[in-house]
Amino acid sequence: MHYIKKLRQYGILIVFIIICLIISFISPQFLTVSNWTIIITQVSINALLAFGVTFVIITGGIDLSLGSIVAVAGVSAAMLAHPEPYPVFIPVLAGLLAGLLMGVFNGFIITKSKIAPFIVTLGTMTIGRGLALILSNGRPVSNLSDSFVFIGSGKIMGIPVLILILIFIFMLCTVILNKTILGRYIYAVGGNEQAARASGIDVNQVKMAVYSISGLLAGIAGILLTSRITTGQPNAGAGFELDAIAAVVIGGTSTTGGKGSMTGTLIGVLLIGVINNSLDLLNVTSYYQQVIMGIIIIGAVVLDSLNQKSNS
Amino acid sequence: MHQADEQILRVNSLSKSFFGVKALDNIHFDLKKGEVHALMGENGAGKSTFMKILIGLLKADSGSISFNSEQIENMDIHSIMQKGISMIHQEILMVPELTVAQNIFLGREINRAYVLDEQAINQQAEKIMQLMGLNIKVHTKAKHLSIAELQLIEIAKAVSNNARVIIMDEPSSALSEKEVEILFKIIHDLKSKGISIIYISHKMEEIYRIADRITVFRDGKFIITKNSADLDKNSLISLMVGREIEELFPQNSTAQTEVVLKVKNLHKKGKFSDINFEVCAGEVLGIAGLMGAGRTEIARAIYGLDRPDSGEIHLKGKTLKIRSPKDAIKQGIGYVSEDRKALGFIPELSVKQNISLSSLLNYSKGWFIDGQKEQKASSIIAQQFKIRSSGLNQKVMNLSGGNQQKVILAKVLLASPCLIILDEPTRGVDIGAKQEIYKLIRQLTESGLAVILISSELPEILGLSNRILVLSKGKQKTILAQKEASQEKIMQYALH
Repeated sequence: MHYIKKLRQYGILIVFIIICLIISFISPQFLTVSNWTIIITQVSINALLAFGVTFVIITGGIDLSLGSIVAVAGVSAAMLAHPEPYPVFIPVLAGLLAGLLMGVFNGFIITKSKIAPFIVTLGTMTIGRGLALILSNGRPVSNLSDSFVFIGSGKIMGIPVLILILIFIFMLCTVILNKTILGRYIYAVGGNEQAARASGIDVNQVKMAVYSISGLLAGIAGILLTSRITTGQPNAGAGFELDAIAAVVIGGTSTTGGKGSMTGTLIGVLLIGVINNSLDLLNVTSYYQQVIMGIIIIGAVVLDSLNQKSNS
Repeated sequence: MHQADEQILRVNSLSKSFFGVKALDNIHFDLKKGEVHALMGENGAGKSTFMKILIGLLKADSGSISFNSEQIENMDIHSIMQKGISMIHQEILMVPELTVAQNIFLGREINRAYVLDEQAINQQAEKIMQLMGLNIKVHTKAKHLSIAELQLIEIAKAVSNNARVIIMDEPSSALSEKEVEILFKIIHDLKSKGISIIYISHKMEEIYRIADRITVFRDGKFIITKNSADLDKNSLISLMVGREIEELFPQNSTAQTEVVLKVKNLHKKGKFSDINFEVCAGEVLGIAGLMGAGRTEIARAIYGLDRPDSGEIHLKGKTLKIRSPKDAIKQGIGYVSEDRKALGFIPELSVKQNISLSSLLNYSKGWFIDGQKEQKASSIIAQQFKIRSSGLNQKVMNLSGGNQQKVILAKVLLASPCLIILDEPTRGVDIGAKQEIYKLIRQLTESGLAVILISSELPEILGLSNRILVLSKGKQKTILAQKEASQEKIMQYALH
């Protein structure tokens, strides 16, 4: 009985492993280091966004402005990343700051106005897109310094810098969610906001924190994307928020709040990456890939709700 | 009771297990036409499982149910409702944005070729209101009504649905004394129309006032069915708990002289005004009054959940500025809400995580939670409070009401307050857990804690309080010493 319960808890992990096994039989290329490097590199941007929005979704909120934050942060960084005159930390700092500020803005409006996060972040999504276009004058910003480009495409001891950053941030987010007071408060606010307040938790502070983290991680994603494609694109990141939310949901985090995990989100991200990758390996056209991805998102949530039913 | 012997419902040898645990074991039950039949038992005795099977929400493993000499044990919830068994749930199931009339006819709207006939719906609803003697406007949106009114409308809905059997699960738990009277009058009318009622309640006084017969369940087993006239209160209690119960209210401790809380001229427009009282260390100050008298509102204002318009709150001689519960906890005030589900606990978090929630800063190093410290502190207090769970990591949503309440108390006390406000601490809690909570209150006052006790159950207020403040319509009427107080006296003040 206990064993079955455990299995259910890791349902999505098992689905993930089974899919990996099947694909490795069909395509021998699949289980190679180089292919996995490709997969992880491809999912890295989505992973960062998904980690950030996991915090937000566990509090019962949502952040639709992620894609726009990626663009604003990317363009801000690119504009300061020309070979001369600034050292590389200046554009990086600019990107981080841009992301953080957008996140703080989201948090501020949401906690002060009591307007639904869906609406507020829908607004900042459009504002952000506009800002990116204004900053760049509507044109891609290219001619970036080598040291800036290194962040997205360089390697340290044979491992891409991108993957190292990703691993570090994943561990950091896991620790925040599981080991810190903030993490506990995030679950509490999402589980029952009124009771959290009555228990002495500053709910607004917690909300400010999650939207700020989400914005900051989107800022990092913007820097990495710009560095990888060696251009600051004002139109970059459109629709990224939906991929990130999809990964979080596939990973078992409840959109009503109070429940979820970083590991689940990581598996969700990887699952999306593996499926895209294998459909590529199997030469399935991208039109079909989208249909299949949609089915998987719905399937994952159905699986989750069936689990909940059988648990209660 | 001329038709009293005609049987309408008969349950034979009903059993139901969940994962190998017997929730109901060979249960017998019968219901006569036009009778009020009380179903008693502690939480976990199997009452709610039994009700869920009766209304078709769950299927029994074995046994039979006959209703009007028809076997119904295999029918689904909709067919059973159509046959005439309705349940008034503890939680109100109404759509807040719809009107009373629309709610009453929800799911069976009067229509002409699929177009709603609002006029007919309103007229019919009006008729039902008159029939039931209710003074509620059918155009009002459900969200503007009190819990009591909603509950009465639920009953009206069942009656309009031609219910022959109405199951009421703790119907009076959210009602004031006055509203309970209205409920009882309606129950009386229903009886005279030949409608039978299964009445679940923990309140002895109510049971003895309205029940014709009483059935007791204990640990999923049928214990006894008897005429209520033939079963005295003490034997009823011992049948429910399976042991002789000691004196329900422990001896009062004497209040110390140190004033812990002093409230001066507290005022909030439309809620309460001119509230002045003191609570000493080791003292229980009871607050009595009808629903809507402002009891909970005063508690919320002291605890920082709402802001009063004016007035002063002093704690241990210090004037407080409380903007939020966070401030209140920091100053040493704890609050156990009447609304356990909404304000009490986080259902998805574990027993341990709920217990430590208000004092997490004490169990942390910097930003990090000190898991060992947290585990140790919560396990000590969980044992002390006899919280029955499968472990500290069990989710609180899976505990019984009494144990949830103990978890909340543990959380509040772990933050080491000098004053706690208990708002209906035993609502919906079985008699065993009730007694434990009473003992706990006594232990707390003995250790010097000041307690404000808000309760609708007058025996509870009288049994536990050193002094009793009586409210009526937001005004403070009097403060009675325990010796001079009686149920009658409190009601006299409360009704003015």
